[in-house]
Amino acid sequence: MTLAEIKEILDADVIVGEDHLNMEVKTAFGADLMSDVLAFATHGCLLITGLTNPQCVRIAYTLDIAAIILVRGERPSEQAVQLASELGIPVLATEYIMFEACGRLYQNGIMGCIRKVDEDVESCRR
Amino acid sequence: MLSLAEDKGQFEAVFPVRGRNFTDAGQVSGRIKNILREKALPEDIVRRAAIVIFEAEVNIISYAEKGIIRYSTTPDSLIIEAIDEGPGIADIELALQEGYSTADDIIRELGFGAGMGLANIKKYSGEFEISSEVGKGTRLKSIIKITWGI
Repeated sequence: MTLAEIKEILDADVIVGEDHLNMEVKTAFGADLMSDVLAFATHGCLLITGLTNPQCVRIAYTLDIAAIILVRGERPSEQAVQLASELGIPVLATEYIMFEACGRLYQNGIMGCIRKVDEDVESCRR
Repeated sequence: MLSLAEDKGQFEAVFPVRGRNFTDAGQVSGRIKNILREKALPEDIVRRAAIVIFEAEVNIISYAEKGIIRYSTTPDSLIIEAIDEGPGIADIELALQEGYSTADDIIRELGFGAGMGLANIKKYSGEFEISSEVGKGTRLKSIIKITWGI
C-alpha cells in the first residue's frame, strides 16, 4: 500500500513528506512507549503513535521506520517537524484514535511488523 | 567465512553524551547505525546495536551528568560500552527487572521510563555486563556476536 492510500484511508494530513507519497508500506507497529518501539518495530514499517516529540523521529530514523502516523489529533512539535524533514521521514497526522487507525489499516491489508513478541526476539537472536 | 578483522579492519569510536539533553536523545545511536551499516555489518547486528545504543543513550541523558558511548570490534564481536558519571544504581538486580523505573515525569512524557531500558539492552545483547557505584556512575557493556552470512 502506498502512503497516498494510507493518507486517504486515515483521512490524514501530510505534515512532512508530500514528495514521498508513492512509498510502499506493508507492515506497521503501534505504541506510545518508545522502549516498545525500539524493541519491536522493524525496518520499513509504519510507526503508529501519539508521541509527537523529536525523539520519536530519532527512533524512526535509527530503526529505518518508513513513516510516522500520529493518531488522535496529535500534531508534532516544531522541532520534530524540522528533524523529520532533515532526516527524510514522512509524518502523517490523523484524527482517528489509535485503535481505529490500526483497524482501518489492517482491514486494508497492512500487517503487524511482527505477530508475537517471542517470535521476534528468537528470530533476532538467530 | 571472512572475519571482521581480515575483511574490514577492526574499528572503534567514542561519542560523548550530555546529561538532561533530551533534544539530542537518539543522535548518537543514529550516527553509529550509519557507520555500522557503512562497514557492511549484517542488518540484524546493526538493528540490535541501534536498540542497545538508543536505550543506553536515553539512560545517560535521563540520569547522568555526562557519559560516553563507545563501540569497538573484535574479529567476531561488536562491543558497545556506555559509561556515565551519574548517581549510580544501588540495586542492579531490581533495576534489571522489567517495569522497575525511577524515571521522572519529563522522561515519561517522552515515552521512556517504563522500566524497559535495561531489559531491552539485555535482551538484544549477546553478553551483557553492568556495574555501578552509587554516587560515581554506571558502566554497561554489551557484546553482540557477529555472524557473517557468507
